[in-house]
Amino acid sequence: MAKVSMDRPVAKTGALSHEVRADDIAPLQVLSPDGEVVNPDRMPKLSDDQLKEIMYRMVFTRTWDERAINLGRQGRLGFYAPVSGQEATMVGSEYALNKDDFICPGYRDMPQLVWHGLPLYQAFLYSRGHQHGGQIPEGVNVLMPQIIIGAQILHATGIGMGFKLKNEQRVAITYTGDGGSSEGDFYEGLNFAGSFKLPVIYFVQNNGYAITTPFAKQTAAQSIAHKALAAGIRGVQVDGMDVLAVISAVQEAAEIGRNGGGATLIEGLTYRYRPHSMADDTTKYRTKEEEAEWSIKDPLVRFGKYLEKKGLWSDEDTARVKEEAKNTVNEQIKKAEQTEKMTVAGLIDSMFEQTPPHLEEQKADYQ
Amino acid sequence: MAQMNMKEAIRDAMRVELKRDPSVLVFGEDVGHVGGVFRATEGLQGEFGETRVFDTPLAESAIGGLAVGLSTQGFRPVAEIQFVGFIFEALDQMFVQAARMRYRSGGRYHAPIVFRTPFGGGVKAAELHTDSLEGLAVQTPGIKVVIPSNPYDAKGLLISAIRDNDPVFFMEHLNLYHAFRDEVPEGDYTVPIGKAKVVREGKDVTIIAYGLMVHTAMKAAEELEKAGVQAEVIDLRSLVPLDIDTIVASIQKTNRAIVVQEAQKSAGVAAEVIAQINEKAILHLEAPVLRCAPPDTVYPFAQIEDQWLPNAARIVKTVNQVLEF
Repeated sequence: MAKVSMDRPVAKTGALSHEVRADDIAPLQVLSPDGEVVNPDRMPKLSDDQLKEIMYRMVFTRTWDERAINLGRQGRLGFYAPVSGQEATMVGSEYALNKDDFICPGYRDMPQLVWHGLPLYQAFLYSRGHQHGGQIPEGVNVLMPQIIIGAQILHATGIGMGFKLKNEQRVAITYTGDGGSSEGDFYEGLNFAGSFKLPVIYFVQNNGYAITTPFAKQTAAQSIAHKALAAGIRGVQVDGMDVLAVISAVQEAAEIGRNGGGATLIEGLTYRYRPHSMADDTTKYRTKEEEAEWSIKDPLVRFGKYLEKKGLWSDEDTARVKEEAKNTVNEQIKKAEQTEKMTVAGLIDSMFEQTPPHLEEQKADYQ
Repeated sequence: MAQMNMKEAIRDAMRVELKRDPSVLVFGEDVGHVGGVFRATEGLQGEFGETRVFDTPLAESAIGGLAVGLSTQGFRPVAEIQFVGFIFEALDQMFVQAARMRYRSGGRYHAPIVFRTPFGGGVKAAELHTDSLEGLAVQTPGIKVVIPSNPYDAKGLLISAIRDNDPVFFMEHLNLYHAFRDEVPEGDYTVPIGKAKVVREGKDVTIIAYGLMVHTAMKAAEELEKAGVQAEVIDLRSLVPLDIDTIVASIQKTNRAIVVQEAQKSAGVAAEVIAQINEKAILHLEAPVLRCAPPDTVYPFAQIEDQWLPNAARIVKTVNQVLEF
């Protein structure tokens, strides 16, 4: 079977047959794990300052993640889904968007929200179970993290339809994982986007595990990108440890969406180094060997090597950003902790625009 | 004034709002080109175009999710779920995503969505077309629940629902679509959500009902009249918010009440109404408030649905139990 570069649609290869063909695919890559440019044609057009900014964000995000784990152990954060290993898909995909593009995240996708404009202390408040965490500032185009796996896929579909109806040159992007691609809402969203030709990017961060269930048990499909075929939309697979490949794929999908070309499903092959949440034990479902294999592909190491060769980054830069990130996290967690506590009366008043009489009555018990 | 049946009044409400407010969209399975399986949206696509009134692929969760996404971008979706049983496919989007949007975002977003669905028994429909699932919605915080019993209210309530900045579950009884015609004003008027209506005055007993059961209760009241019993009949119209004040005012006068519902007996709207009567009017009661409702079974196949559903005779029997207590 011929190899098909997955930066093109997966459909329409091979001879005509009554049987749908599922050809092999190879993920889009710009940098090798050694930081060598292997695909110059797909190198995104980025200035040196932009390249440094992307590295800054990835180092910052990993440091924030490490600090968040500690804050969780200290009881200063609540539910937290670690992100280390997925910096390229998270930071890269957001970086490829315009600020007026709209993000519908899953629960792990806090970095995309923060880099799109959500203040970090609000991300911490969300984790701490405070309503202000979801009170997205005006002008920041994101929804709150979604807990029901796949529900956000349909919201992005509706938001994309809204952009299309208003003739706005914007795209909606939504994130889920390999597990999320098994949900009914995933298929419904892709199918609607195909049918209405909507400017939506469905980004699946395939990190190999849905909590503990491995990808091999998740689907018999050859890849998640192949699932685009049935919906009649573009399907793309990208090396999710290569931030430049991620940026290239998302920029292309966004461009196509803004110009009326419809939706793209992007599968980013990545790995989460840490557990699904603070509560599971990775040694029960994956091997040290596998973890070591993925750490060789590390997105920060790879992109760092590339930048070092260009004279744009050094270990001192990494140390400086880490320090800055630690300080910012400390300051922002303090701000979160100092935020006025929620009240039951406030909860009652946020059910409806106008609190109806029965809730007014119930509120009286909590004042 | 025009004479309209309830279906035509519902269609007219959508027409008024589509014309008045460019952010209103109407969509669902088969609602566009043909105008819905009951033709409730007939002609609207022709009048307002395919970008305002459109058919969707067949997927109820996506219809709900599309509505939620659109509502965050300033649209007011009127999303039709073709038959009531199909809401099970859309419950997350309706009862979680839409109903919690205002709370989860601290008011940054809200979900001004109307989920319209036909429901209700007595028409020999296929399975899962006629269940009374309002109880599920009534127990769900953050969504209003409205059930009209006549064309005038249907139009005024639907206009209110479309203008409401919170999600509304708008349930349309199948057996009322073509049942009778009413004087319905042309153009714009509203019936407020959260206000019940006394549709028959009486001093001896209060019959509380909604949807088709209002008419069944009226028949029962006529029967009772022959026996010298003056029954007051209340049409709830909105189940959330529930107008308990109108109920209490009536019970203060009659001291006796029953609640009629097409939904299975336990843990439903009737149970909630009775709980609130206990909280607010127990000293005015001369007898326990009883429920006239079907047994706690699945909605039956068509062959026995007429025996299963409440009818005038059962309502009279229940009233007599509270009168003779």
